[in-house]
Amino acid sequence: MLNFLLRRVAIALPTVILISIFVFGLQKLLPGDPVLAMAGEERDPEVIEFLREKYRLNDPVPVQYLAWVKGALTGDLGISLRTNQPVTELIGQKLPVTIQLAVMALIFAMVIGIPAGILSAVKKGTVTDYVANVVALSGLSIPNFWLGIMLILLVAVNWQLLPASGYVPPSEDLWLSIKTMLMPAFVLGTALAATLMRHTRSAMLGVLKSDYVRTARAKGLAERRVILRHAFRNALTPIVTLTALLFGELIAGAVLTEQIFTIPGFGKLVVDAVFNRDYAVVQGIVLVTALGFIVMNILADAAYFVLNPRLRKQ
Amino acid sequence: MTFRKTTLLAALLSATALSAQAADLRVALQSDPDILDPDPGRSFVGRIVFTALCDKLVDITPDLEIVPQLATEWSWNEDNTQLTLQLREGVTFHDGTVFDAQAVADNIERSQTLGQSQRKTELSSITETEILGPHEIRLHLGGPDATLLAQFADRAGMMLSPKAAAEAGDDFGLNPVCSGPFKFEERVAQDRIVLSKFAEYWNADEINFDTVTYLPIPDDTVRFANLQSGDVDIIDRLAATDLPQARSAEGIEVEPVVSLGYQGLTFNLENGERGDNPWGNDPRLRRALSLLIDREALNQVVFEGAYQPANQPFPPASPWYDADNPLQGRDVEQARALLAEAGYPDGLPLEVQVPNSTQPQQVMQVIQSMAAEAGVDITLRAKEFATLLNDQAAGAFEASQIGWSGRVDPDGNTHIFLHSEGGLNDSGYSKPEVDALLQEARAVTDTAERKALYDQIQDIADADGPILYLYHQTWIWGLDDDIEGFKAYPDGMLRLEGVSKAE
Repeated sequence: MLNFLLRRVAIALPTVILISIFVFGLQKLLPGDPVLAMAGEERDPEVIEFLREKYRLNDPVPVQYLAWVKGALTGDLGISLRTNQPVTELIGQKLPVTIQLAVMALIFAMVIGIPAGILSAVKKGTVTDYVANVVALSGLSIPNFWLGIMLILLVAVNWQLLPASGYVPPSEDLWLSIKTMLMPAFVLGTALAATLMRHTRSAMLGVLKSDYVRTARAKGLAERRVILRHAFRNALTPIVTLTALLFGELIAGAVLTEQIFTIPGFGKLVVDAVFNRDYAVVQGIVLVTALGFIVMNILADAAYFVLNPRLRKQ
Repeated sequence: MTFRKTTLLAALLSATALSAQAADLRVALQSDPDILDPDPGRSFVGRIVFTALCDKLVDITPDLEIVPQLATEWSWNEDNTQLTLQLREGVTFHDGTVFDAQAVADNIERSQTLGQSQRKTELSSITETEILGPHEIRLHLGGPDATLLAQFADRAGMMLSPKAAAEAGDDFGLNPVCSGPFKFEERVAQDRIVLSKFAEYWNADEINFDTVTYLPIPDDTVRFANLQSGDVDIIDRLAATDLPQARSAEGIEVEPVVSLGYQGLTFNLENGERGDNPWGNDPRLRRALSLLIDREALNQVVFEGAYQPANQPFPPASPWYDADNPLQGRDVEQARALLAEAGYPDGLPLEVQVPNSTQPQQVMQVIQSMAAEAGVDITLRAKEFATLLNDQAAGAFEASQIGWSGRVDPDGNTHIFLHSEGGLNDSGYSKPEVDALLQEARAVTDTAERKALYDQIQDIADADGPILYLYHQTWIWGLDDDIEGFKAYPDGMLRLEGVSKAE
């Protein structure tokens, strides 16, 4: 198993390097000058030149890239052109926020998606199945921004049950922090719940047809036990893969959700950074996101070993 | 929320009806400020935060009169080349450093020399500072500069603690230290900026909040929802389209004030090769387009009538507004005649670049349909803002929908755009006569005399039409109705002196 994981890490390294080169190059292709975008209303040529020099924007792109890599290897991702804050500090501030959102959204997705998937597989062809499918389809088709605004207007403005938007760190007030994050996590979670439900359903359907399930039933085991112990556990492997892959979707979805609910997370940081051509910030976020994605995938691979005893023997 | 709970608890616990002091003011801003340092600072919302954080040498009234703040009196010498300021005594910065003439000299030097300072041109007329006493300073100018006092009413006049500025250097904005009514507590980028009351503030009696929290909430609907739900007390720039709803909503008040700025169409006259096109070459065409636009209808359709139709760089409430040049209504016949005169009786195409956000696009779509009536076929090129600015500076445009947030002094709304050497003259407009008048207007300190010069400038620029003014934006503040003592200023800033929250 250790061998296997080491192999995965070895493959991941070139991926990260390629991604960082790609994103760096892509940003330079964007029209719009970062310094001009920063200069705002007043643009004093003298200041513009000063900033270009300061942020090495006059250097050739490969030289800029190498300078960035050199910094990144020593843990220095540069400073934000817009606020002068170190990128590592910004990421340190934003990452926990998005992780909290992602975890809460994933909980929503799993709590809704998995039982619904199991239920609709077991009750295949019945009204329950159809209802679950329609709900799942709606979850996928309702745009995040619409659902978000509707929830804000209904829950925060009309009923005044939850704060309309924003973020409160858990260290400050845990309960308020969870309350503030409930709506965004729900919005982000519903779309994922739908995907999760569909996959759970099809995995369960496959497993329910297999011989050992029939055997289990023939042995006279209770249906509940057959489904949860025998069928679901075996259906879990593809679901775990999917959940790891959903991490990418979560980050992508967080971009939009964070915009709507004004959550100062990763997604909001990257969008604002792209619009302001804040290169160092975009580059830093991409690096961290790519690393996160790879780690999630490796963790998912590791989870197979835990879930599937046959793999352990190989 | 927590605060509400606490208040409730306090109310329940105390048998006597002792009302709890309103502690925190929550203000939602339209965007996240950039660096919190007045010298390199660039953003409008940044100025809103500075207003509570950093006192200036002078301030303005809602009628744009200049009044004392850290400077209590000032006087000019005979030929307007020396400005002598008397400074307020007993003022300290948030770090305890004493505010005196030396501090003013240090601040001016920093604004003029810091690498990324955006204030260099604003203070370029000052050649020397002479300290006459602990609270008296004389500024020597290279030539008369009538704009200087107005510059001191904005970022160029904000006084930073010289000690903190020297120690922090470029990083001053991460922990700004000034002498305003509130001092800096913390900032979480894109989330909040928290300030707390500065107990030793010279005018502390007027300050009724213990803390102020600024929350950037870019989405108009969400910002308004936060006001409605009671999560914030004041919001910056309520969308004009939300006005009817805000007016009818219970517990919400609206305070609009016409801004000092404008939005318009800038034509490329002489900025690179693309300036060589019919629209750039013939003022009659630009005049014709202006006549095709019904600015009042535009205001009604896109802004619920809340904005101010414009035909000049100054809004009607400004002392610099030229009343002899009133807004002309739409006149399609005259426009057609002008088009024919210029050799285009059936109209001609025009490409306009426009920011890819909702409002500017709506504005341009309305104009597009108005212009079509005389055969002017407008193509819209929606561009993301950074790209738009880039193309505009580089001259890669025919016409551009762009605006200006406005300045107190008339020079700030004209010189940079209309002077051939102006920093934002993307039109490439160049007229020696206008250049000379703009320079002269900078030097004259007598208001009436100066006004006459700006009227003259406007007459010429209006005929040439490098910029076609469309409307003056209105700053619409949304307030919870328990906020008292609020005054809206045309510069769009939030001054907290005298503002309080009722219980």
